Amino acid sequence: MSETPPILAMRHISKTFPGVRALTDVSLAVYPGEIHALMGENGAGKSTLMKILSGAYQADAGGEIIIDGQPVVIDGPLTARHHGIAIIYQELSLAPNLSVAENMLLGREHKSGPMIDRASMEEACKAVLDRLGVRFTATTKVSELSMAESQLVEIARALIANSRILVMDEPTTSLSSRETEAMFALVRQLRAEGLAIIYISHRMAEIYELADRVTVLRDGSYVGTLDRADLSAERLVRMMVGRDLSSFYKKEHDAHGSRGPVILSVRAMSDGRRVRDCSFELHDGEVLGIAGLVGAGRTELARLIYGADPRLSGEVVLGGKSLSIQKPQDAIDSGLVYLTEDRKHLGLFLDLTVRENVNLSVLGRDARMGGIMNLRAARDRAVAAIKALAIRVASEKVQVGTLSGGNQQKVLLSRLLETKPRVLILDEPTRGVDIGAKSEIYRLIDELARRGVGVIVISSELPEIVGTCDRVLVMREGRLAGEVGGPGKPPITQENIVAIATGVSEEAAA
Amino acid sequence: MTAPGKDTGVSVQNSPAKSPGADLDRNAAQRSIAWKTTLQAVGMLPVLIILGIAFQMMSGRFFSFQNLSIVAQQASINTVLAAGMTFVILTGGIDLSVGSILAAAAMVAILGSKIPDWGLLGVPFALLMGLALGLINGALIAFARLPPFIVTLGSLTAVRGLARLIGADTTQFNPQLPFAFIGNGTVFGVPWLVIIALIVVVGSWFILRRTVLGVHIYAVGGNPDAARLTGIKVWAVLLFVYAMSGLAGGLGGVMSAARLYAANGLQLGQSYELDAIAAVILGGTSFVGGIGSIWGTLIGALIIAVLTNGLILVGVSDIWQFIIKGFVIIGAVALDRYRLKGSART
Repeated sequence: MSETPPILAMRHISKTFPGVRALTDVSLAVYPGEIHALMGENGAGKSTLMKILSGAYQADAGGEIIIDGQPVVIDGPLTARHHGIAIIYQELSLAPNLSVAENMLLGREHKSGPMIDRASMEEACKAVLDRLGVRFTATTKVSELSMAESQLVEIARALIANSRILVMDEPTTSLSSRETEAMFALVRQLRAEGLAIIYISHRMAEIYELADRVTVLRDGSYVGTLDRADLSAERLVRMMVGRDLSSFYKKEHDAHGSRGPVILSVRAMSDGRRVRDCSFELHDGEVLGIAGLVGAGRTELARLIYGADPRLSGEVVLGGKSLSIQKPQDAIDSGLVYLTEDRKHLGLFLDLTVRENVNLSVLGRDARMGGIMNLRAARDRAVAAIKALAIRVASEKVQVGTLSGGNQQKVLLSRLLETKPRVLILDEPTRGVDIGAKSEIYRLIDELARRGVGVIVISSELPEIVGTCDRVLVMREGRLAGEVGGPGKPPITQENIVAIATGVSEEAAA
Repeated sequence: MTAPGKDTGVSVQNSPAKSPGADLDRNAAQRSIAWKTTLQAVGMLPVLIILGIAFQMMSGRFFSFQNLSIVAQQASINTVLAAGMTFVILTGGIDLSVGSILAAAAMVAILGSKIPDWGLLGVPFALLMGLALGLINGALIAFARLPPFIVTLGSLTAVRGLARLIGADTTQFNPQLPFAFIGNGTVFGVPWLVIIALIVVVGSWFILRRTVLGVHIYAVGGNPDAARLTGIKVWAVLLFVYAMSGLAGGLGGVMSAARLYAANGLQLGQSYELDAIAAVILGGTSFVGGIGSIWGTLIGALIIAVLTNGLILVGVSDIWQFIIKGFVIIGAVALDRYRLKGSART
């Protein structure tokens, strides 16, 4: 590979924001026909580096970007596109009200005279879409596409612009495992066609699956580049975190040895559409996993229990008492809380401060007569939470929107914990969270279970489920299709879970 | 992936304390946060001061005590309406009906003042009228889930009709108004109108910043879905803010009736809602909700009053006053956006 010259070389790139150094002397070389993974914790500088490549930011003087052996200046998104650079963002940047063809050629519409030439546009798009082997057509409206298909449109848009360097920022975050497989196949196909692909991901499994080489950043500095042959999880983690994570998953609470009484039982929960007749029990101090493919109804089940969506049938019994949960407030009042999978849109108030976010659920409890806030109690709580969960923030008065994903998640977790819950439902507790914060969240789950809190963990990351849970329920198409890890059940392994989730084997639910 | 401001924040929060220069970075970040907060708090104050100095230089009598007192009086009714509007806009809503509510409440105040011996009852009647109309707006928005713009656009028209109906479509006078002191009296030289406006502003500040309800108002405006999942009674918050806006309209009606000794259902309060909205926006409150302060609104209302007064002092014609006012509002907000680029949404 080293005989061919790199298609892209970024050398000695530094970037300083007022008061903050985001990147220090980072270098990156990418070859055509290579999948080059870029790894690092949140805030390590991956996004900043890619924003410099895409022209959204300018690097400090002293660095250079070389494309095809020629030094270039990328002073804006248009220049980047001109040099064949395309970025596929996590948050899709498509106009849902327009057609696939209109989106692919946005800003470069074909014209005949002053009129838009749709036929020619659709023809050009069709060629690219055929190459990708998609099921939709150029005239389909983007709003009718699934998340995975929308992502394909983004890729098609990059291809039709003749991009040669493709940056993919966590492309599989919202894909099911089948869609992820298809995405991998496509990425490999693009590699075979000679594109250079920079692949950003937090998921170790994907890196193993795809990457030819891996470059790791930490705290805005270049740590190193590994060839595929030298890849190992321990090595990557050590490079990213700068320390060993020998006990990444922590399971010190002993659920099987001292299995407590049943604290929560859910009976015949249905919403008539995506959740059908789900019943299960949760014990004191137990960590219960709910696994399943994306769309299997895990989040929907949790929201039904929590009272966030209207239910068709079902009963929730907490500590022997049947609850009438009509709305989230009822659930919170009875000691059952839910951590949303979508913390930015459904969890946090990004414009409010850490203090306000941490206290939001207990403001009424702390308030003096007439609903006047107890400012000192609120501050003390926030300061204590920052310390307890090691939230990295300058002060409790900082807006939550300025924090990194991991720290935001910890703020949201502390809000839930302030209500002193007896049952905690955590939906994708480590999504978009860096490795350091991940292990701290696992530690917290373990600690809660040890204190006798019942914890339900919903996760798409199987290693996380296997590493943290005592017992796992597997959902398929809205039903609880099976259980692993319980007494008399098969052991918790990724294989057993996948077998039930995909319908290969069926185990009677508890 | 994130806005520039956010990205810098991410990097700061994540640098471990042991790495060299991290402390320096953190201090710098803290300073920049403090600086931004100060800027946001000060908001449009510089614009207000510059306008005042400019009018003083052009007219030579802007800063006289007498003129400042007039400006404060002129600003008072709009300040009260804008305070109510601040609550509404903080939740991401809008209340177009306050001008009409003001007219209806003023009418009730004048008619009530004619009750023999019990003329002071006109004041509570007018306040109740405003509160009731605000509650109807709020109920339609909170329970029927209708868009605020549509609901209050409807009540803008319907309540205007109601105001004319109450007064039998005539101008109602009461030269012996028992609460005339509100509109024309002073305490130690400070007009009652100004005192009332200041009480409303301080009261609003207290509710917004010192009560649980206040935090819930910001939360509902910032992220309504999360507010519901967090267990906040979103309906109660919405009902409250529109009731407050209606009550402010009612109070504005009392103030206006007390100043004029009269009320007219057709003309009184026409387009007052637009001045109130302009004051809120000039004050830096985000139009999508969740960000803003009552002090900003006060400054916004003062800017509008200073402009009106100053342009008259300088002798600008009525027509040009409109044009200049419009441009100043747009220009001031544009300036504000530019100044707080990346950290504020208007």
